[in-house]
Amino acid sequence: MNQRDGHVAETLGALDAPGAQPRDLPAPARRADAIEAARLALLRDLQLAFRKPGQLVQPLAFFAIVTLLFPLAISPELARLRELAPGVVWVGALLGSLLALEFLFRDDAQDGTLEQYALSGQSLTGLMFAKTLAHWLLTGLPLALMAPFVALSLGVSAAALPGILLAVAVGSVALSLIGSIGAALTLGIKRSGALLSLLTLPLSLPVLIFGARATQLAIHGTSFLGPLELLAALAVLGVTLAPLAAAAAVRISLE
Amino acid sequence: MDWTWFHRLASPPHVYALAVRLTPWFAWPAALCIAAGLWSGLVLAPPDYQQGDGFRILYVHAPSAWMSLMVYVTMATAAAVGLIWRMKVAHAVAASCAPIGASFTFAALVTGALWGQPMWGTYWQWDPRLTSELVLLFLYLGYMGLRAGIEDPQRADRASAVLAVVGVVNVPIIHYSVTWWNSLHQAPSVMRLAKPAMPFAMLAPLLLMLLGFTLLFAALLLTRLRAEVLARERAASWIREVVSV
Repeated sequence: MNQRDGHVAETLGALDAPGAQPRDLPAPARRADAIEAARLALLRDLQLAFRKPGQLVQPLAFFAIVTLLFPLAISPELARLRELAPGVVWVGALLGSLLALEFLFRDDAQDGTLEQYALSGQSLTGLMFAKTLAHWLLTGLPLALMAPFVALSLGVSAAALPGILLAVAVGSVALSLIGSIGAALTLGIKRSGALLSLLTLPLSLPVLIFGARATQLAIHGTSFLGPLELLAALAVLGVTLAPLAAAAAVRISLE
Repeated sequence: MDWTWFHRLASPPHVYALAVRLTPWFAWPAALCIAAGLWSGLVLAPPDYQQGDGFRILYVHAPSAWMSLMVYVTMATAAAVGLIWRMKVAHAVAASCAPIGASFTFAALVTGALWGQPMWGTYWQWDPRLTSELVLLFLYLGYMGLRAGIEDPQRADRASAVLAVVGVVNVPIIHYSVTWWNSLHQAPSVMRLAKPAMPFAMLAPLLLMLLGFTLLFAALLLTRLRAEVLARERAASWIREVVSV
């Protein structure tokens, strides 16, 4: 925990130059300040995560083991598995991303970092965006990099793999953002795992639908641009609105 | 403009008294409309030339489905009012909406499944409207779960209000994505429910039932709101004046 405390002090120390209250600065300086704060928060989350590499591997291992269940439960025939591949890839990625959500705010809420963020005078929305971006870099992107291998094991031809990688990469941005709202709302609830899934999964359904469709089209070798653009639209909508909602939820949890 | 009426809505005793006074004004018309609607729908309306008497479940199914959405929008509006103006009573309204909305959603699902058996030959069809309705039920359950999970009542109010607002932004996205999804998987056995203009004898009972269900929702909401306000204000002194034990 000492490592973590040192980091909070470092991050916030860089923000609170003595005598310069962020609120007193003119607007352009304040904006530059907010971007700097978000950058520092992002770096801090990445550094902390790389000190516990075991946690980073968990969603990937989970994705692999969920994939393993399908051939065992249904049939080892590649022809049948190929038909199911879009569903398996997306259900696995969705659950893997959901599993990692619990870590998004938990440690920071326990050691008071979130409280310090809220009190720092910096835009909490910007800091939430940084935390969510870190979460995507640490879980969404690795899941996307792994998705082609999962697809390969289900008999999908190599030509479809770049499309699958792209679809999961874009879709997982939206998943991380939606998840950040759920994770922030369930802060301070004990054993919140089941509730977090109940809150997050219904909101994630559009991502699942468009993502699985893009993957299916990629496997069939046709253009998957349509659903991919819809996925990107969801990601953009998430970038605009989700950090606001997550910041509101974090403030409520601190009341 | 005089805003006193709006400010008075923030006062729990005033809202309690208002709810007591207004409940019969919604409950009796609701009972009349639903009785008339059921009588004309189940007895007077002619059987459908394709679906026979099976179509009559429409008179419960369609109003329930309509209310499931309307209650969600009401709940999210009340939640937003509570968040913006920090109005405790608005949060009480949102909290009272959720179980009513979940019940209407459940009724719409069950009647939809019962209708599906004679029409589609199966109780469950992954039809876009039924699927969206199922997702809506999960949204209600999530809202109630979050509210139940947070112990501090004010935090529960505000956190669940954020969720309701996020949900209402997502409901149209979910609905259209599910419709889009289904248009790709459309099974040929699905019956086309797009009806040619309904004859008046069939339409009139439906309109009566819609009005009746809306009034029923208002009456249920006011009744639940009374209980909710009493529970929240149980320590206040005005309670002793309105409730004699």
